[in-house]
Amino acid sequence: MIAVLGALSEAWDEVRVHKSRVVLSLVGVFLAVFAMTSVTALGLIVAQVQQEGAERGSGRPATVAVNAYDPMTGMPPDAAEWDAAVAELVDRHGITTAATISYGEGLFRLPGGTQRLQTMRVSPAYGELHRKEPVEGRWLREGDRTSLSPALVVNEAFLELLGVPDLSSRPTVVLGGPTPVRATIVGVIREGYGSEPIVYRADRSGGPWDAPGAVDPATAMYAGPSTLELWVPPDQAEQVMEVVARDLGAALDVQVDTYRQDASGLEETLAMLRLAIRCAGIVVLVLGGLGVLNIGLVTVRQRIREIGVRRSFGATSGRIFSAVMLESVCATALAGVAAVGCSIVLVRNLPLEQLLNDGIPLADTPGFPVAAAVEGLVAATAVGALAGLLPALIAVRAKVIDAIRF
Amino acid sequence: MSLLSLSGISRRVDLPDGSVLPILTGVDLQLAAGEHVSIVGRSGSGKSTLLNILGLLDSPTEGEYLLDGEPTDHLRARRRSRLRGEVFGFVFQQFNLLPRRTAAENVAAPLLYARGRDFLRRRRTALEMLDRVGLGARADQVPERLSGGEQQRVAIARALVRSPRVVLADEPTGALDVETGAQVMALLAQATAENGAALVTITHDLSVAALAGRRFRLEGGRLSPLVESGALNAATADRGTA
Ligand SMILES: Nc1ncnc2c1ncn2[C@@H]1O[C@H](COP(=O)(O)OP(=O)(O)OP(=O)(O)O)[C@@H](O)[C@H]1O
Ligand SMILES: [Mg+2]
Repeated sequence: MIAVLGALSEAWDEVRVHKSRVVLSLVGVFLAVFAMTSVTALGLIVAQVQQEGAERGSGRPATVAVNAYDPMTGMPPDAAEWDAAVAELVDRHGITTAATISYGEGLFRLPGGTQRLQTMRVSPAYGELHRKEPVEGRWLREGDRTSLSPALVVNEAFLELLGVPDLSSRPTVVLGGPTPVRATIVGVIREGYGSEPIVYRADRSGGPWDAPGAVDPATAMYAGPSTLELWVPPDQAEQVMEVVARDLGAALDVQVDTYRQDASGLEETLAMLRLAIRCAGIVVLVLGGLGVLNIGLVTVRQRIREIGVRRSFGATSGRIFSAVMLESVCATALAGVAAVGCSIVLVRNLPLEQLLNDGIPLADTPGFPVAAAVEGLVAATAVGALAGLLPALIAVRAKVIDAIRF
Repeated sequence: MSLLSLSGISRRVDLPDGSVLPILTGVDLQLAAGEHVSIVGRSGSGKSTLLNILGLLDSPTEGEYLLDGEPTDHLRARRRSRLRGEVFGFVFQQFNLLPRRTAAENVAAPLLYARGRDFLRRRRTALEMLDRVGLGARADQVPERLSGGEQQRVAIARALVRSPRVVLADEPTGALDVETGAQVMALLAQATAENGAALVTITHDLSVAALAGRRFRLEGGRLSPLVESGALNAATADRGTA
């Protein structure tokens, strides 16, 4: 017990007395751990950005798409029956998120004249499934389905066509057709390229135009088949696809196609990216470790006399070894703590969403990964131990009588 | 029974060219507790080698070294180190203070290898020791700021801090001027005597050797009692009245 205390206080004294040397030798380790930890943390965030980007397009893993149509006519099944069957299916299999999507066109009365624009009619759950994070306002919600005015979520290009800068004026737009209706824009998303307008519309609303049997003015022109998307655990995707095809097919007497829609190759790409970042970090750390080793070797030679003197005090080989070793470990561990601390400050304060995600807020902003922090500390300590090993061996093997000879 | 007992001690080293260099040959020496012994000899006569053997820093090639009647040749390295720290205190010609540590830290350093209370109370003990060598006021100075004489006094405090039974001093006045050397030597002899420790002083200065109760000459690796000369007696008398 006392021996451990003694060895520790000896090592600490050493670090304290040789502050500048220690600090110098640690610059490498500090930078390496700082770089490695930051890069790992940033890597996780970049991966998240990548993933959310991909998921905005094709859904989160695993998204199973379901299409149903009459094999003879190609017509979709009756909406009410379809809804009932879907509701039952979702209920029976405990599927947490299911969204319907159908593509249609709408006549939008814009300041520059009426334009026919493609409109996606989606159920509110679509937002969760595709990580829709509005930059302003909100995504569609359950209440929109009973609101009298159809709710729209549009992109910034659409707002521009409408001639409003943001949602502060609570903008609306009239959907033309046989029964014109005034729709409310509830949210703005950042999506699409250039001036291409994008419009999402709640799949239903409380107005008479959405009543069963009524002709929807917005889809009167053209109504594509609607797609059902189910969000299920990836390992159950296969099974769900099979069961859904069977159940729905039997219930509605239609042809049901199911396929997995999310980009599954992404996982591997991200794994590669993380691996590359890791390797880079390790290389930097090894270089930092070599710096510590180098300075350790130089100074242990200068300290041979001091070690001889300590031997004359009765220091055992074990104590000499652990003193030199612990000094290195103490120092690099401190550098590790400092580096991880700086890294946390850096990663927390970078405007990451601005830099990486085009200003779109991340749905799940990863916190500073604890694993990266722990890893940084462990790596720093391990580098200290490795770099201290050789000087410690040299110190132990030094001949005492040669060390104190003058 | 003597505290230390050397009989027929020889030390030879193998030189790189294959020949063997004898440094010590057939050295016999007994040291009783609290005794003051001095060894004089010319440079290269093997004085430091003998002292290193006494202090368990080096081992003889031949002969028997008994410490408290126990042979030391089969001691394990760990036990040797422990014994060295507990039984001996070293004072070196070049002071060998730890650079950039304060006087108090230097004096406390041997207690880092002690156990229990000695370890935990090391700073207080160190300050008391510094007081005893008259450097209580300089406890927080680093050696680089102290004069040679002061540094050697710190070294004496350090050698005595674990209350060793033997203090081994290798030319303790070698790096000091005559006046300072005499003062330091007097302090060393007095402080060791107060502690009840034995003192072995190696020197080539006869006036320093004269302070000892028993005096030896080391010549060509052989130890023999020092023949008293008139000059030496005069020096002793001188010291006695000073
Ligand atoms: N390991 C060794 N290898 C070769 N020669 C050695 C070794 N150790 C001591 N010697 C030689 O043995 C002789 C005695 O050495 P030692 O250091 O004991 O002398 P000393 O009496 O203390 O001399 P000084 O008064 O100069 O300190 C010297 O000639 C020295 O060169
Ligand atoms: Mg010598």
